[in-house]
Amino acid sequence: MIVRFNCNGRSVQVDTPPMARLLDVLREDLRLVGSKEGCGEGECGACTVRVDGEPVMSCLVPVAQIEGCRVQTIEGLGNPIVHAVQTAMLATGGAQCGICTPGICMSAAALLDVDPHPTPDAVRVALAGNLCRCTGYQKVIDAVCGALAEREA
Amino acid sequence: MVIGTSPPRRDGMDKLTGRSLYSDDLRPDGVWYGATVRSTRAHARLRSVRRSEDFDWSNVVFVTAADIPGLNVVSLMTDDQPVLADGLVRHVTEPIALVAAPTRELALEAVRHVLVEYEDLPALFDPLVAEGHGVRIFGEDNVYKRIHIEHGTRTNTTAHLIRGRYTTGLQEQLYIEPQSMIAELRPDGGITLTGSMQCPYYIDRAVKRMLGHDRVNVAQAVTGGGFGGKEEYPSILACHASLLALAAGRPVKITYRRDEDLRATTKRHPAIIDLATLVSSDGRLLELHGRIWMDGGAYHTLSTVVLSRAILHVQGPYRCPYVDLEGTVVATNTPPNGAFRGFGAPQAQWAMERHMDRIARHVGMDPLALRRLNLVVDGDVTATGQTLRNPGGFAVLEAAERAATAPVKRKHVRPGVVGAEMREGRGVALAWHGCGFTGNGEAKIRGTVGLELRGNQVAVLSSSTDIGQGTETIFPMIVADTLGIPMSRVFNTAHDTGFVPDSGPTVASRTAMVVGGTCEKAAQRLLRALREAHGEGDFDTLAARAAAAGTPMRVNETYEVDASVQWNPDTYQGDAYPCYGWSCVIVDLRVDVDTGEIIYDRVVTATDVGKALSPVLAAGQIEGGTLQALGWATQEEVVLDAQGCMRNDRLTNYIIPTALDGPEMVTELVEIPYEGGPFGAKGIGEIPMDAPAAAVAQAIEAACGAVLDSLPMTPERVFAAMEAR
Amino acid sequence: MLRCEAPVFRPRTLDEAFAMRAAMPDATVLAGGTDVMVYLEGGVLKPTRIIDLWGCPGMRELRFTTGGQVYGAGLTCTDVLRAMHSHPLLRDAAATVGATQIQNRATLGGNICNSSPAGDTLPVWLALRAEFELGCVRGFRRVPASGFWRGYKKIDMQPDELLVAIRVPALAGHMHFRKVGTRMAQSISKVVFAGRYSVGKEACLAFGAVGPTPMRCTAAEAALVSGASINEVVSLVEQEVLPIDDIRSTALYRRKVAGRIVRRWLDNLPRA
Repeated sequence: MIVRFNCNGRSVQVDTPPMARLLDVLREDLRLVGSKEGCGEGECGACTVRVDGEPVMSCLVPVAQIEGCRVQTIEGLGNPIVHAVQTAMLATGGAQCGICTPGICMSAAALLDVDPHPTPDAVRVALAGNLCRCTGYQKVIDAVCGALAEREA
Repeated sequence: MVIGTSPPRRDGMDKLTGRSLYSDDLRPDGVWYGATVRSTRAHARLRSVRRSEDFDWSNVVFVTAADIPGLNVVSLMTDDQPVLADGLVRHVTEPIALVAAPTRELALEAVRHVLVEYEDLPALFDPLVAEGHGVRIFGEDNVYKRIHIEHGTRTNTTAHLIRGRYTTGLQEQLYIEPQSMIAELRPDGGITLTGSMQCPYYIDRAVKRMLGHDRVNVAQAVTGGGFGGKEEYPSILACHASLLALAAGRPVKITYRRDEDLRATTKRHPAIIDLATLVSSDGRLLELHGRIWMDGGAYHTLSTVVLSRAILHVQGPYRCPYVDLEGTVVATNTPPNGAFRGFGAPQAQWAMERHMDRIARHVGMDPLALRRLNLVVDGDVTATGQTLRNPGGFAVLEAAERAATAPVKRKHVRPGVVGAEMREGRGVALAWHGCGFTGNGEAKIRGTVGLELRGNQVAVLSSSTDIGQGTETIFPMIVADTLGIPMSRVFNTAHDTGFVPDSGPTVASRTAMVVGGTCEKAAQRLLRALREAHGEGDFDTLAARAAAAGTPMRVNETYEVDASVQWNPDTYQGDAYPCYGWSCVIVDLRVDVDTGEIIYDRVVTATDVGKALSPVLAAGQIEGGTLQALGWATQEEVVLDAQGCMRNDRLTNYIIPTALDGPEMVTELVEIPYEGGPFGAKGIGEIPMDAPAAAVAQAIEAACGAVLDSLPMTPERVFAAMEAR
Repeated sequence: MLRCEAPVFRPRTLDEAFAMRAAMPDATVLAGGTDVMVYLEGGVLKPTRIIDLWGCPGMRELRFTTGGQVYGAGLTCTDVLRAMHSHPLLRDAAATVGATQIQNRATLGGNICNSSPAGDTLPVWLALRAEFELGCVRGFRRVPASGFWRGYKKIDMQPDELLVAIRVPALAGHMHFRKVGTRMAQSISKVVFAGRYSVGKEACLAFGAVGPTPMRCTAAEAALVSGASINEVVSLVEQEVLPIDDIRSTALYRRKVAGRIVRRWLDNLPRA
């Protein structure tokens, strides 16, 4: 099946079985390997991308459902200008091993679009679908809470 | 000076923008995908291993033990573990055969068409009966190691005898990147391995011995977490991928699916710890008698060292005039247990901290007052006869208490997730942690670092990998400050055994302290070498002269053990560690008394780090380790079936904390310098694992009266303990 | 990544969906994918063909009628959380499903038809006396939630039918939702409860994860309405639930916690 969608601002089309996971289409067909596979069943969030602005687990989305949609991956988030959450994560130490980091950035960016100055509790809710084993989350939360505050200051 | 500041981590922006390439992101031309045929039995003879005839094998390679050119051994401490089972399996999930195919699906399909006939043997699962059991797994008596320490003088005063048993379960490291390794054939007939790992030279040695030749190099890909789980285990993937690459005549990648990773890879050793103390009526410890059993699983891996660290830490940061400790780690027919952050010390200190609470109840003292009374001070002597100098127990306790005076912001919890009936509790626990290898371990390793002048830049060559903790950032910081140049001109090279020296494994809280210290000395050596060759001047002047002269400049520095450190591995007496880190944890939580659920509101930690080389990276280690410890405390449980196979082999059933489960973390870094470490730094990677679980248990007790002495303290167990009151 | 080659059919209207379903009773019905994709990856589902209702017009609306609310089966948990007037009980349940990424795809209809006994939203429909509107080429029919789950993963639905909407009558009374999961998010229920109580008139005590289907404790409900003591009601709840030991919890814990949840709720109700 030919599936057409917008990926990081560019029109793409892929020839793939319709039930192929969006994650595999991104990683294998489009060679966008920034989205990671940590579990393959929607638990860890390392594969989080945004579809029409909303964060989703790309391992749980069949590519047939992406036809005509706008997909943003980590490769598109900081391009051409690094997103405020990426800058903030660098400053606070929110990334360690980095395997969950792309997914966390995508979830955080989606939150910041609707809630530019979130409380720590709101960030915890928004990132609850992104497992991180390195940071204990505190520095990630600090980054997301302060991402836009710093820019405006 | 960049030391003491927190420059952005070197690999940070690549990781934040998705540019970093992890093992599974790499796709060499013509790569095939490997998969593993595993035992479904705990203990069995292999009658036959063959390929089903109703499957097309034309595009699949198949490898068994018979195809191994060298030793069928996963080289580590002992040679008991085969790369592929040869006639006998000793645990469920043990690798029996391998396949590789052009796609992952085909490889997995092929695995299902390998027919294994077993002849079941009696299997042994209970570590308490393993010693000398009729079912033989290891050696003469199934004992991997027994350690006994007796030290001090027995008391002759009347005292309270207080006994308790404390247990801990399996824990999965749960790096978010599953195990992954790629083997590629070299033009010289050798093999290059690239993958997710902590210790390139472990793999280097293992693959060389298995192949029977030395044409092997091992390079680390960006690695998505380790926590010990990628210390020794990746050697198995590397051996497997190498065999498949040879058979297929092309590159082969093995990436475990999460379920396979959970079932097959090593876990934290479960422990059963009996403690008996004699305590004076005013609460002073007089005698400590300890007995530790650990379950090593079916192969030795690193079990003796894990036991050693457990024995050496079980006393906790407390003074005791007489200790009599014995530990045994035994074999069972369960998947081998292995390295995991803390390496035996968390289990041991869970027991001792719970025992301190038991003593407090028994003698009617406040748990914290009891700890203060017994906390070690300068000049106190440990179970191994080591005299402690400037121990940091009181410093971290005071720092934590100061930070914990701020009011606790109770976490907002979504309606429907917790009930109304929450009881607040606070718990305090203390820990110590020996930094680096035990005793004369470093003398055996002789870890080496190379520095190479490249124009006006300096390359750091080491096998110390960055698995998230920050090696790529810390080493350049140390070298830059020592040379007096900006950090931007120092960088780590790839960690490839083809051209970096062996600086020892990335384990045991030794990388920043020991290898970082070697980096500092290497930089001093480089300056000296430059001065000898090019006269006086600062680094820039000398580097320019060296460049003009066109002579390559490379120095190697090997870690020299402090001669004053004396250790006898036979008697277990002497200086067990060159220095100790100290930590205090104060947990504020709430217990839902209807369900036993725990809400973590805040965790204050104070940790003696010697010197915070980068405060952000140091705090990151401590906060991450603390949450891992909270998971171990109340959430993480491995459920085994009758064959010893992990039943909850999915992230939906093996529960680690989410952002909503984690507490607010307040992280105090205390600096009591260790003169042997770079700029005074101590090892900090593991100590955060030691104290939190006990602090949680004490807080639960304070909140609802439930007394728990077994980990994990799941809601079911908390509930049962409340009912039992 | 297990490869699934099954063809996917994407209806553009509800009528087309009914026609497809009638023509392909063997097909797997897909909505947000948060269950189906997990089954595919786990190898437990090997569909021959798939009808994809994601984006099918007319299924993702929340409408109001004189008698109450009508939820389109294709509404996601996020839709429920964002809608101004979604039912508070449903809102509480939707917020506990997975986490944001899952809530963005998981649909009400998917949760109902997947019919896991632990489905987080399912007791809510029991508590709210919901009716499920099933459609097919033969027409529409309504099934009360209380009769829909007939056994473990067995539902009252013909092979040619699709779940179109959920109708919820306007009801008064005290309401309560409580999920006891494996953790605070991304968690599967160990016990999940939805309750509604009009003092002296009507009670509904509905549970998930304590039996082969979502269930009501009818004897406890009757006792509550007739003025029995809280102790009696709780004791009946503990007798009526049918929990098992499994990988996530124990029967004993589930039984007792079910009782505790009901006790705490009733204890905290304002005295009439």
